[in-house]
Amino acid sequence: MGKVATREAYGSALAQYGADERVIVLDADLSKSTKTDTFKKVYPERHFNMGIAEADMMCVAAGLASTGKIVFASTFAIFAAERACEQIRNSICYPKLNVKICATHAGLTVGEDGASHQCVEDLAIMRALPNMTVISPCDEIETNLAIKAAMELDGPVYVRLGRLGVEAVHGEDFKFELGKGVVVKDGTDVTLVATGLMVQESLKAAAILADKGINARVVDIHTIKPIDKDLLVKCAKETGLIVTVEEHNIAGGLGGAVCEVLAENYPCKVKMIGVEEKFGKSGVPAALLEKYGLTAQQIADKVIAAKN
Amino acid sequence: MDKLKTLDLQKKATIIRKHIIDEVFSANSGHPGGSLSCADILTTLYFDEMRVDPKNPKDPNRDRFVLSKGHCAPALYATLALKGFFPEADLNTFRKVDSYLEGHPSMNYVPGVDMSTGSLGQGIATAVGMALAAKIDKKDYRVYSILGDGEIEEGLVWEAAMSAAHYKLDNLVAFVDYNGLQIDGNITDVMNPEPIADKFVAFGWNVIAINGHDHAAIKDALEAAKKVSGKPTCVVCHDIKGKGVSFMEGDYGWHGKAPNQEQRDQAISELDAKLAEIEAEIAKEA
Repeated sequence: MGKVATREAYGSALAQYGADERVIVLDADLSKSTKTDTFKKVYPERHFNMGIAEADMMCVAAGLASTGKIVFASTFAIFAAERACEQIRNSICYPKLNVKICATHAGLTVGEDGASHQCVEDLAIMRALPNMTVISPCDEIETNLAIKAAMELDGPVYVRLGRLGVEAVHGEDFKFELGKGVVVKDGTDVTLVATGLMVQESLKAAAILADKGINARVVDIHTIKPIDKDLLVKCAKETGLIVTVEEHNIAGGLGGAVCEVLAENYPCKVKMIGVEEKFGKSGVPAALLEKYGLTAQQIADKVIAAKN
Repeated sequence: MDKLKTLDLQKKATIIRKHIIDEVFSANSGHPGGSLSCADILTTLYFDEMRVDPKNPKDPNRDRFVLSKGHCAPALYATLALKGFFPEADLNTFRKVDSYLEGHPSMNYVPGVDMSTGSLGQGIATAVGMALAAKIDKKDYRVYSILGDGEIEEGLVWEAAMSAAHYKLDNLVAFVDYNGLQIDGNITDVMNPEPIADKFVAFGWNVIAINGHDHAAIKDALEAAKKVSGKPTCVVCHDIKGKGVSFMEGDYGWHGKAPNQEQRDQAISELDAKLAEIEAEIAKEA
């Protein structure tokens, strides 16, 4: 099966579900990269380029939403979650307006553009905002259903999307439920809790661990906020060690969210795997994952170390 | 504008100014200076222009107003209360913990508030979104906003100005409350935003400069804006910070400071005298 980037799946989903006249799509001069141009080809009268002005785009989105529109606003994650952070906070989250911030090119796998464009802090920042729902899908079908769910939810949503083509994790019969984690491989010795394209790496890590006699469970957390507390506590009770895996700074992202749940409800040992308080750098995605310790083999090695 | 209409708007603006003083006094905090300077713009908009219904504040076809300079909430709340959106008696709950009258306006708490504002520069950009929505839906409602002259030091204002002109939003009117003062002093000393009118012209706007305390001039500007096609209008309002209260006029120290009891009483007595003067004139005309 071919690889599809979640940003591609986003553009296709917008075109697929965008018949509703209330849907308006905004972009900041990156529509070919964010793939909102896929929507534009079908509904050009409801796609607006706001130019290289992300702060304005977020506020215009808020104004449109205040009149009853369902607004999708897209740019790279770094410019959405960070450059326009305060606009998202004050003009979208505080008034609880129906704006979906679909941010592409998140994480290290942006690749050669390097550190200035590699956003590894967005999950931490966006999930700290009241009224915000945060989704980080791992593959094509999960993204498609996440966009549909975001469209149906009344309120602000942040969706984290990637540039890199990724393999399918879920089958065509996959049911997406907002706020519910998915056990993609069962196991008894450790639970790998992953999000985004680290779900695929974690599944590969689980295969490596199986060869070493470790039966790892893998959980796909597509909704970072609200996070699936019940599933996390259940996994901690059943497998003991929890290992979080994310293409994001270890501070405040998936690992932070998981630790908040476990510390209050079922304290247990947690190993957090992610970008360790560093900026990214230029390189091809595979080389970057290797450099920052996020390949399947490196994940497996860290799980083994944590088990001992 | 006929004499009686002018006098009626002057009377309402004076009542609004009295409310502003008492709101800030009862909260012991807030922003009287800029609230007083923009009171005549708000009075003209809500009592001689905008299509709004206090009994149906969420009417989808209503005209919209965004107070981009959200710290002048006392002026907006006084105007909305006088218009009948909520009881005037609630104004003295301003900024108190159980009140819906937040220090800066919230669209989810206050009937008649169309957008939550307070972070400068954002309101005008949200107004652009509302005006764009009217164009998309082919609706005839209009969108109004008031910006501070200090506020336009925010870069976002100019992003918004660019996008409003780009999308030819001739249903959008932005007032600049040009009182020349901001928290730290004269705008030209803090960070000179002048020439203001020229900047909006350069950004593709129709620009009208008026006396911001002249209700007839404000109304004329609103009418002129309706005749312009394909461009948003900016009304540069030359006005006085603290207008109507002698010791607050032209003093940036009153940007964000509450009066004490004695100052409050003096301000109210000056405004009461003004009100009596206007009522006498109305009686003469009637």
